Amino acid sequence: MSSDINKSVTMEPPLIEGNPTFESVTQDVSKIVERKPPKAWYPAFAVSATAALTGFILVGYLIWEGTGIWGLNNPVGWGWAIVNFVFWVGIGHAGTLISAILFLLRQRWRTSINRFAEAMTIFAVICALMFPSIHVGRIWVIHWTLPIPNQMAVWPNFRSPLLWDTFAVGTYFLCSFLFWYVGLIPDLATLRERATSKIKKLFYGIFSLGWRGGNRQWRHYEVAYLVLAGISTPLVLSVHSIVSTDFATSVLPGWHTTIFPPYFVAGAIFSGFAMVMTLSVIARKLYHLEHIITMKHLERMNIIMLLTGSMVGYAYSTEFFIAWYSGNEYETFAFINRAFGPYAWAYWIMISCNVITPQLFWFRKLRTNIPVMFVASILINIGMWFERFVIVMTLHRDFLPSSWDYYSPTIFDIGIFVGSFGLFFTLFLLFLRYLPMVAMSEVKGVLPQAAVHHDSSHAPSPGGSQ
Amino acid sequence: MSYHRTKLAGWLAEFDSAESLLKAARGVHAAGIKKFDCHSPFPIHGMDKAMGMKRSPIGYIVGVMGTIGLFGALGLQYWTSAVDYPVVISGKPFFSYQAFVPVTFALTVLLSAFGAFFGMLHLNRMPRLNHPLFNSEKFSRVFDGGFFVSIEADDSVADESKVRDLLNSLGAVSIEEVEA
Repeated sequence: MSSDINKSVTMEPPLIEGNPTFESVTQDVSKIVERKPPKAWYPAFAVSATAALTGFILVGYLIWEGTGIWGLNNPVGWGWAIVNFVFWVGIGHAGTLISAILFLLRQRWRTSINRFAEAMTIFAVICALMFPSIHVGRIWVIHWTLPIPNQMAVWPNFRSPLLWDTFAVGTYFLCSFLFWYVGLIPDLATLRERATSKIKKLFYGIFSLGWRGGNRQWRHYEVAYLVLAGISTPLVLSVHSIVSTDFATSVLPGWHTTIFPPYFVAGAIFSGFAMVMTLSVIARKLYHLEHIITMKHLERMNIIMLLTGSMVGYAYSTEFFIAWYSGNEYETFAFINRAFGPYAWAYWIMISCNVITPQLFWFRKLRTNIPVMFVASILINIGMWFERFVIVMTLHRDFLPSSWDYYSPTIFDIGIFVGSFGLFFTLFLLFLRYLPMVAMSEVKGVLPQAAVHHDSSHAPSPGGSQ
Repeated sequence: MSYHRTKLAGWLAEFDSAESLLKAARGVHAAGIKKFDCHSPFPIHGMDKAMGMKRSPIGYIVGVMGTIGLFGALGLQYWTSAVDYPVVISGKPFFSYQAFVPVTFALTVLLSAFGAFFGMLHLNRMPRLNHPLFNSEKFSRVFDGGFFVSIEADDSVADESKVRDLLNSLGAVSIEEVEA
């Protein structure tokens, strides 16, 4: 990591504010897990855990009773379950973008938020994986989605996009998890050395795997981290592209379009950054990390939201243009029905949240204003959920008008969705409580005093200095 | 009970900055010492060269694993769909390679990731929860803001007086003996 480039070439101000030392970074980040959490942590955890437990109970009832307890009907066979699945997978994408792509692009400002965003990715993917698993109806044979020999001697259908999902999202989860864990190892070693109780020493000791911080370890570590970043990068693009083929490979007007993969990827990054924003605004305030997650980090994330939000808006208008330009009356109907049919309310919520809201970030005053960005990030999350709802609700008026129907969720749809938020926040709060939420070793590496002057490497052989 | 001196594992010298650690690494390497390491809270750019080490071979491990993933996934899909139990689906060919791209891609990435992760653990001899260096109290500063050079006692060149002179001349702040 060439630490002096940033300083000497671009003359940027330091990434971390307040002239910290290596020791103060350790102290600031470690004390969060060593001391008692802020008071707000306890009620937040109680609420999240209750929601998660309620969600689990409802899932249990769903498994017992079957998917009939949801609001599914004949044209709308995919209800909230797939909406929630796509929503949660999409949220994960910002984490991977921050940790992998920004790492490869040497965007060193990422070091303050990457740990955090990667954790968000993993928890979001866990929530996402829950929905298709329970939507299959018979979760006890979920292993049929994997090529495991079974008594029927039949193999999974590898031509099915739903099977591609199993592999794409499964790989996404495992790669994100390994990437996150590799990043954690040096920081877990820091916590191991600082641990005061025996049980903490054991916990951090085992999971830091005996890290010694020597260059004989760092050199393999750095290459492994770089490789993991490199192979996670195509995942940012591929996972949501494959998810979009669930829709795009069907022959349904409004779904059968080639724009879906890029449009889904842009939407995923958009929603993911909104979620990172929501979480980091709360966390930096609660844990007093304003000097590590600075206004500059927040502003850059807002710019990315402006960019991806505008891409999403452009995709919405392209869909309409193509529906008209194709001259296909079914395609035209699907889109007119989207904007002016029974689900017009959802469509216009989507447009106002996703296309109009991010336009606020054209103004520097607004994109550096914390209440504004916090509210905007929540609106964008709502809007992106509605985007997937609007897409799935294309089903409600199919080719045969006699089978048209209106879909409404039941209490079980809502309960399980709320439960998934409970699970997400429970995991996130546990992460904040027990693991370092900022990558200490990486932040130390970008401090000005970490720089070594490269001119000295051209000095005559070191033996001469003795 | 007689007092037994515990076996000497090596020496641990502290340096005051990343810069001086890098200089020390060059010096120790130039003195012909092989069994030494430079410990720091973050990776230091240029340290591999200073310590006279080659590039990590992880790239090759990942390459091999990725190739296994690529051909393994293609082979799996070919064998299950076209050989072991062919089923006609939407009139598509049994070996519809275009439709097999996503799973092939996913498994290539997955096995590469395993290669990077487990390759790194293997090359770093991890997990190894115990090490003589952890007997040193000062050593815990590596994980905070300290910079250290460790030299193992069983290095063929290293001996007590030579190591101390060398480390002192390189600007060590302190030198201690580490017990095995």
